[in-house]
Amino acid sequence: MRFTRMLRVGAAVTALALAAACGGGGGGNSGKSLVQRAKDTKKVSIGIKFDQPGLGQKTPDGKYEGFDIDVARYVAKELGVDEGNIEFKKAESAQRENMIEKGEVDYVVGTYSINDKRKEKVSFAGPYFITGQDLLVRADNTDITGPETLDGKKLCSVKGSTPAQKIKSDFSKQAELQEYGGYSECLAGLSSGKLDALTTDSVILAGYAAQNPNKFRLVGKVFTEEKYGIGLKKGDNEGRDAINKAIEKMIADGAWKASLEKHLGPAGYKIPDPPAITEK
Amino acid sequence: MDFLSRYDLLGAFWVTVRLTVFSAIGSLVWGTVLAGMRVSPVPVMRAFGTAYVNLVRNTPLTLIILGTSLGLYSTLGLALADETSGTFLKDNNFRLAVLGFVAYTSTFVCESLRSGINTVPVGQAEAARALGLRFSQTLWIVVLPQAFRAVIAPLASVLIALTKNTTVASAIGVAEASLLMSEMIENEADKLFLIFLAIAAGFVVLTLPTGLFLGWVAKKVAVKR
Repeated sequence: MRFTRMLRVGAAVTALALAAACGGGGGGNSGKSLVQRAKDTKKVSIGIKFDQPGLGQKTPDGKYEGFDIDVARYVAKELGVDEGNIEFKKAESAQRENMIEKGEVDYVVGTYSINDKRKEKVSFAGPYFITGQDLLVRADNTDITGPETLDGKKLCSVKGSTPAQKIKSDFSKQAELQEYGGYSECLAGLSSGKLDALTTDSVILAGYAAQNPNKFRLVGKVFTEEKYGIGLKKGDNEGRDAINKAIEKMIADGAWKASLEKHLGPAGYKIPDPPAITEK
Repeated sequence: MDFLSRYDLLGAFWVTVRLTVFSAIGSLVWGTVLAGMRVSPVPVMRAFGTAYVNLVRNTPLTLIILGTSLGLYSTLGLALADETSGTFLKDNNFRLAVLGFVAYTSTFVCESLRSGINTVPVGQAEAARALGLRFSQTLWIVVLPQAFRAVIAPLASVLIALTKNTTVASAIGVAEASLLMSEMIENEADKLFLIFLAIAAGFVVLTLPTGLFLGWVAKKVAVKR
């Protein structure tokens, strides 16, 4: 008898916990659009990358800087939220859809490429930037000039990432691929001369080149296309339109270009033309 | 679930199995040597065994595995494969990972075995000495066979932990199950939980029978005292 009572209590506790988890996930504001929420609470929480120099980086003294951060702040400003009321949250690549779905963040600006699989989970605004896969080599390297010069080279990228998979599928005959958990390990191998190039999105590489212009050089020949968008809750068309409007305004008033020049200029990165909004 | 057929799940788990088997064999050998050192009458060997076990056992595994790649290979230039083979990075990473797992797991094997040695009554070693056996003979012929039979169950736990620990090898790009999981999550953003379940199920398929089988063996061979 005792056992069945314990079972019953256990089941009740489990059910409660489940209900709390599901209810808590949605939050109280789940029905409202981003625009309305920002107006009501005067606050937004934004998912960003913490470890991408030039794009989204948390500095040792706890500040945030980079092009993605500038875009995120500009959008928040257009939604009527003061800079002090923005809460930045770390959005790991694999976690981004989940964080948006659960309402942990209002939107994500974190080297977030727009693609169809992701669109099944979240809505995108933008793109606010178009880039593509590129190569970063040591500053004194002269024989790598583009994807066609990779014969017998050792490349490095982050494990499982799209650029790493591209090398495996399209360049596996010419080049070898080293995968590490993060870019910093790749940079260590590149510095020591055991690896020849780091490959991922051009703009990410530009951030590393800008950090260490004497050590690394960006090859500058893009061979894929990635459109960075701002991810938000699926179906929030009003929020998406508002973000799109903010991106267009940022491009028009010169803040877009100024931010790119500030964060990626030192790498000699050629700033591309601003993209046209396609996610309508 | 049809998206699973686009990925080489079996191939990835085969790498996991190979990592586990090679690391397990290496750990068993090196762990036995370490245990021998820790109970030996030579103070220098005892000191080395104790220092090694305490140092390595308390170092995070990720650090050890990354250390084999960034430290041993990138910085010190230790290459465990043919640099011109065209698959150098793949082979080298696999072997470096096995090296790291052996270095780490052997400390747990050593400590399990040492507790097994303690289950062998002192009289056994004394009798062996009285017959004129040297220390190495006493250990190898009399004590260790009885000790091993006592520690099958704890060694099974070490083996299961090792199987799951092999996922750390993806940190240096060994293409085992968890690296495939990263790729799948990158490509199939809408199926996050299905992917987790599939990989978790794969590990259960590997570890559950191992545990059941070795549990049965442990009962079968236990020394009845």
